[in-house]
Amino acid sequence: MCKLTLESLLFAILPVSLLGAVAGLDMVSFPQIMLSRPLVSATLAGAFIGRPGAGLLIGAVLELIALETLPFGASRYAEWGSAGVVGGVVMAGQPIGAAGALPVAMFVALATAVFSSRSMVWVRNWNAHQARRLRTELDVGSPTAVDSLQLRGLTMDMIRGFSVTFIALLILFPLSRRIVAIWGVDAVHSRAVVTALAATVAAGAIWTLTHRAARAGWLFVLGLGAGTALLLLQ
Amino acid sequence: MTNPQSTQRARNEVGTPAPVSSWAVGASFLRLFAVQGSWNYETMIGNGIAFCMKPLLRGLPEERYRAALARQGRYFNAHPYLAGIAVGSLARGELDGEDPVRIDRYRTALCGPLGSVGDQLVWAGWLPLCSLMALTAFALGAGPLVVVCIFLGAYNAGHIALRAWGLRVGLRRGMRVAPALSNPLFRDGPAVLARVSAVLAGLILPLALQRIIGPGRVLAGGVAVVAVVGAVILARFGARATGWRAALALLSIFVLYSVAH
Repeated sequence: MCKLTLESLLFAILPVSLLGAVAGLDMVSFPQIMLSRPLVSATLAGAFIGRPGAGLLIGAVLELIALETLPFGASRYAEWGSAGVVGGVVMAGQPIGAAGALPVAMFVALATAVFSSRSMVWVRNWNAHQARRLRTELDVGSPTAVDSLQLRGLTMDMIRGFSVTFIALLILFPLSRRIVAIWGVDAVHSRAVVTALAATVAAGAIWTLTHRAARAGWLFVLGLGAGTALLLLQ
Repeated sequence: MTNPQSTQRARNEVGTPAPVSSWAVGASFLRLFAVQGSWNYETMIGNGIAFCMKPLLRGLPEERYRAALARQGRYFNAHPYLAGIAVGSLARGELDGEDPVRIDRYRTALCGPLGSVGDQLVWAGWLPLCSLMALTAFALGAGPLVVVCIFLGAYNAGHIALRAWGLRVGLRRGMRVAPALSNPLFRDGPAVLARVSAVLAGLILPLALQRIIGPGRVLAGGVAVVAVVGAVILARFGARATGWRAALALLSIFVLYSVAH
């Protein structure tokens, strides 16, 4: 494994943190075209450092988990934009074929999601504070104050996405390489554990989302049969 | 495109239905993508509504323009993709010189339906379905570019169409948008999307497991059984949105075990 200096680490992390900023901004503030979904953000992050396939793999695993945390209104949910980018970079940044790459990337992405979820609450409180500061102007319908409040919120959210990605990668990327280097479980069983966890969360989420629809259970079984048949035919 | 001078004259006459220029509608539509830019727990997307409405109201006389912006910047909540309905219909009300008290009452009444209808159709229906479509492509062996394009293409076709429809309907119908919200798409759409998602979820489960884990049907079968049992436990005992935190806790133990091993 090549030796990571602080300079080379910063040089690698800075541009990818911009991707984290864009993906983090997309989650709520602008433009919500779902660049923030882990399937997209992790794949883009993987592509950013030359291994889109690795990014897609961790992106698919995280997407299964993200089915559970949909952005309903004022509820507190994981912010997958920056978390997906961190997961994609960590996955694609490991040596090819490393047994611990997938579980460690997933662990790092989920840990980042906890942190980024809190950072969103912080930004929302900051927005409320800004709205209070501009209250007098807003109450008399100042167009400048309306635009200013909106731009402040957008800017702060972008800074949040950048900071979360940058800090998470700065701390967790070198740590992840050390953990992967001493990983003690073989690749197949490591992947099986990750997949079992992701599939459990996804199946629970799908059940929650679909069980009220008529015949959804039977339709799931029908799909399961078709999927199993396809698998056996492969 | 409407003549700006005639637009201005029409706007200056209180109570006269005012035409809106294509430029203003376009600018308002683009601003809709940033409607949640200053989202907060006190006014929610209130300021975002005023921000999106600004181009539509710009031709009003100064006093009415500022009064309208002040009114529209107060608390408001709606699904972001359906906020265009609110922006269009409330702007139409302001341009047509409706009674401010009536606008306020209508504004309050609009919050609930636009939130719940959008949540059910988009967050609980369209988004998971598009995720599952992309995951199906992944499970069947598609590459990164194809998977990402399927997801972004399908999702945003629906997303952008919904935003554009909302703004158009709002501007056209003004403060009489209730019939538009009883559209069969909103009434029956979530259930149809849920049924399609159920089929896709069943289809991808074995295929995706196989692709992630790699060769080994017995192991994939074992993982599938664990997933089904775990999902039943989560659905029965877990509160909403806690499964991923439980997954993080279990994964932490596995990482520690593997490092210590």
